[in-house]
Amino acid sequence: MYAFDYTRPASLAEAIEAMRGDEAKALAGGQTLIPTLKQRLASPATLVDLTGITEIRGICLKDGAVSVGAGTRHAEVAASADVRRLIPALSHLAGHIGDPQVRNRGTLGGSLANNDPSACYPAAVLGLGATVHTSAGRAIAADDYFQGMFTTALDEGELITSVDFPVPEKAAYMKFVQPASRFALTGVFVAKFAGGVRVAVTGASEGGVFRWAEAEAALGRSFAVGALDGVEASPDGMIGDLHGTPEYRAHLVGVMTRRAVEAAA
Amino acid sequence: MPKDHGIGASSKRREDVRFLTGKGQYTDDINRPGQTYCYFLRSSVAHGKINGIDTSAAAAAPGVVAVFTAKDLEGVGGVPCGWQVTDKDGNPMKEPKHPILAEGKVRHVGDPIAAVVADSLAAARDAAEQIELDIEELPAVIDMRAAVKGGTAVHSEAPDNICYDWEFVAENKAAVDEAIRGAHHVTTLELVNQRLVANPMEPRCAIGEYDAGRDEHTLWTTSQNPHVIRLLMGAFVLSIPEHKLRVVAPDVGGGFGSKIYHYAEEAFVTWAAKKVGRPIKWTADRSEAFLSDAQGRDHVTKVELAMDKDGHFLALRCSTLANMGAYLSTFAPCIPTWLHGTLLAGNYRTPLVFTNVKAVFTNTVPVDAYRGAGRPEATFQLERTIDKAAREMGIDPAELRRRNFIQPDQFPYQTPVAVVYDTGNYGATLDKALELADVKGFAARKAASKAKGKLRGLGIANYIEACGIAPSSLVGALGARAGLYEAATVRVNPTGNISVFTGSHSHGQGHETTFAQVVAEMLGCSESQVDIVHGDTSRIPFGMGTYGSRSLAVGGSAIVKSVEKIITKAKKIAAHLLEASESDITFANGQFTVSGTDRSIDWGTVALTAYVPHKYPISEIEPGLEETSFYDPANFTYPAGTYVCEVEVDPDTGVVEIQSFVAADDFGNVVNPMIVEGQVHGGLAQGIGQAMLEGCTYDESGQLLSASYMDYAMPRAADLPNFVVDHSCATPCTHNPLGVKGCGEAGAIGSPPALVNAVVDALAGHGVTHIDMPLSPGRVWEAIRAARH
Repeated sequence: MYAFDYTRPASLAEAIEAMRGDEAKALAGGQTLIPTLKQRLASPATLVDLTGITEIRGICLKDGAVSVGAGTRHAEVAASADVRRLIPALSHLAGHIGDPQVRNRGTLGGSLANNDPSACYPAAVLGLGATVHTSAGRAIAADDYFQGMFTTALDEGELITSVDFPVPEKAAYMKFVQPASRFALTGVFVAKFAGGVRVAVTGASEGGVFRWAEAEAALGRSFAVGALDGVEASPDGMIGDLHGTPEYRAHLVGVMTRRAVEAAA
Repeated sequence: MPKDHGIGASSKRREDVRFLTGKGQYTDDINRPGQTYCYFLRSSVAHGKINGIDTSAAAAAPGVVAVFTAKDLEGVGGVPCGWQVTDKDGNPMKEPKHPILAEGKVRHVGDPIAAVVADSLAAARDAAEQIELDIEELPAVIDMRAAVKGGTAVHSEAPDNICYDWEFVAENKAAVDEAIRGAHHVTTLELVNQRLVANPMEPRCAIGEYDAGRDEHTLWTTSQNPHVIRLLMGAFVLSIPEHKLRVVAPDVGGGFGSKIYHYAEEAFVTWAAKKVGRPIKWTADRSEAFLSDAQGRDHVTKVELAMDKDGHFLALRCSTLANMGAYLSTFAPCIPTWLHGTLLAGNYRTPLVFTNVKAVFTNTVPVDAYRGAGRPEATFQLERTIDKAAREMGIDPAELRRRNFIQPDQFPYQTPVAVVYDTGNYGATLDKALELADVKGFAARKAASKAKGKLRGLGIANYIEACGIAPSSLVGALGARAGLYEAATVRVNPTGNISVFTGSHSHGQGHETTFAQVVAEMLGCSESQVDIVHGDTSRIPFGMGTYGSRSLAVGGSAIVKSVEKIITKAKKIAAHLLEASESDITFANGQFTVSGTDRSIDWGTVALTAYVPHKYPISEIEPGLEETSFYDPANFTYPAGTYVCEVEVDPDTGVVEIQSFVAADDFGNVVNPMIVEGQVHGGLAQGIGQAMLEGCTYDESGQLLSASYMDYAMPRAADLPNFVVDHSCATPCTHNPLGVKGCGEAGAIGSPPALVNAVVDALAGHGVTHIDMPLSPGRVWEAIRAARH
């Protein structure tokens, strides 16, 4: 780790100010950033610790959606009675990220700001068509927020404050874990709304989380596993690494989607 | 009624009290006054020519004490190799120098180039970033099959990258060829035994200190064998006489082989501590461990097994490329040869065996022994090939094995591969394992799996290993540059309690408990009266340490010999006190008794008399009660057994789930059943880790792709079933006093072929005949897909 200054603002306003500093970096839960710092792969001048900002923590219901503060830890989302009642798939997803240590440090905002191509939360945000609220007063639709591996619509110094998750009729998340890291080798979030079906895939694509349009169309006609007969994901653009070829990942996208539909139905 | 103490009791591991309460004293827990910290700048390229190193900015950086490169190490030797293999033409292996810091060239990613010593680790790391390197990258040699074709050489001494080309048993070569030509059937299998990273929980650490007043060096280090390190480093690297060099291996958090070897970092901190006049600590972080701990396995092999029409084995021919990495680690050359070729008879009567092993230099981390070391590779070849043969011949895999077993009445059994098995009963462990695995119910379970869309498979593997390493005269003839005896001093203190000083080293095995049980049994005292001391060359007799499942068979035997001497002397003292003839004294339950009388004296009185010799046969024996023994075994020990694994495969995803795993082992006599079962559990976890999860992978340029736990998959509790382990089919070793064989490596040896056989059995209906490890979901799915097309 290189030396850095550390500040822990108590309010969002102070945090926004601190982020204006040269080479400032937000520390939301540190589950990616701290290991990166330890390996000397990042050298921020100032670490702005967001965990002291109470106004961006907690879960509430807002206009029929479940609003989760960006500073809310995975374990808190998993344990929330409201989340469990209204979007059990989101509760399940949060309860299976990493291990207990990760779930008790990592936050929703940290995960989304990082946008790791194998992270779980992006699948829920995109799959549910959630809205990302930021410190700049912006409300960014999920479809606009994710812009490729580790790339988002956030501007320099802009912080996520909360995420509003619409409540679906049915939803499920199926994760196939990478054997070493236990990140998603392929994870699929399927959500059925009155107006249609959304299918979001994480872990598989070199472009990061994406919506699988063919499956959405098929499931929109009939929300049943059989509707996916003959629908196959293409290996083009899929990740190939030690743990799976692009063909394997494309295949898993289909298998996990079917299993998610089964679990949701 | 199970025993509650002594031999055969499941005494609780006394060392766990400190390990589980944070009271262990590991090398990194030790801090010396005035201590500095060392950081090694390591190569980021696999192969390169060093055109220049500028350390001036680093040396001037804040907190820096000194910066060293190879040019500062004049007069310091290279890291020595402890075993010389002679090739098929009688020539010694190629043995290029392994410098402490890279000289002129770097040969693998992680090769140390410079060392920064500073007041803090952070200062050392900061300074290391200011070292300017001018390295001209050279083409890297990574794949062994390409390496032996020539082109780029890792070392100029070996232009074809071959360290040695070894044949065994050379005299059998023509007969094996002929048997294979004329056989009814020959089963051929090409397989890879992939490279593994040992991954002990505690990373390596070393502290060097020099006492100028006494001209004495001390090295604290994470070692499985402190005397071996003292010998190698003192004599071959630093020219420090043994009486001026103390090596301490305190509590060590796992080794699995990787902490046997003498490493450059140990020599460096010992040497540099004198140069800078302050103690120096180096602790590897996990990333550094991936790039600098000796790695394991890495064989590519072709096996041919010739059979008659009834499946009797006629001949076995193997051809192996064995990866040495960039330099020869301490015992690397003997692993694919004498710890591998000599086990190719397995549990079977195969009359003719021939193997050719080419050891290959590559631009990768050095490879050496890892739990099992050579024996897992031999077992995997045999047991995978026999399984394939059974399928090809239409013979039940258990029956084919049984048909070829060495029979109980054939022991001692001279194998065609030099070693003589002293005892065994392979049919007994096979029967036991098949019974415990409920093989009779397999068909019904397979049908039930099929109804769920899953594929069920059953895999069997036998294993035999040569443990209790080793008779010194034998290993000397085979190229070992050391003896492989073990030493023990047993000191009876004046009030009767006992301190045992053993050359064996415990880094998780539970010696402090097991050895105390042996002594308590022999002396009729409680285990709590016995203390076990190990790991410090200034306290223990010259011993060879712990590896190759040798501690109880060899180290325990040395303790037994010393205790026997103690009892003999104590009887003399007792006879004097009881005014009886020595031959009339019997010793049992801690009492010395004159036979046929009620006159007796207790252990404590005799012990005290030895140290307060007022009434004492001083003209016949010396005061004191302390004995030292060196035990050199007459033969290896040969643990053996049968493992049965049942799996369920999800054809949609390639996920393998282990449904059951049975291990029936013959370890001879067992001192502590609970510790033995724990050793088997650990071995199985590592073997299953190899079979399903672990794989050390380099890219073409020599960068380690699996360089952290994000990509190197370690087995976790959730990956493993509840093991069924049994050691009731015991045939005690015939040549050591305890009749013990060793249990540390068995699990890691027998489990990979059992598991792979089970998965291949499950997929046989899809036309799959082999999958290389690890059987990750992706690989299993690809194998199913490839077989379909």
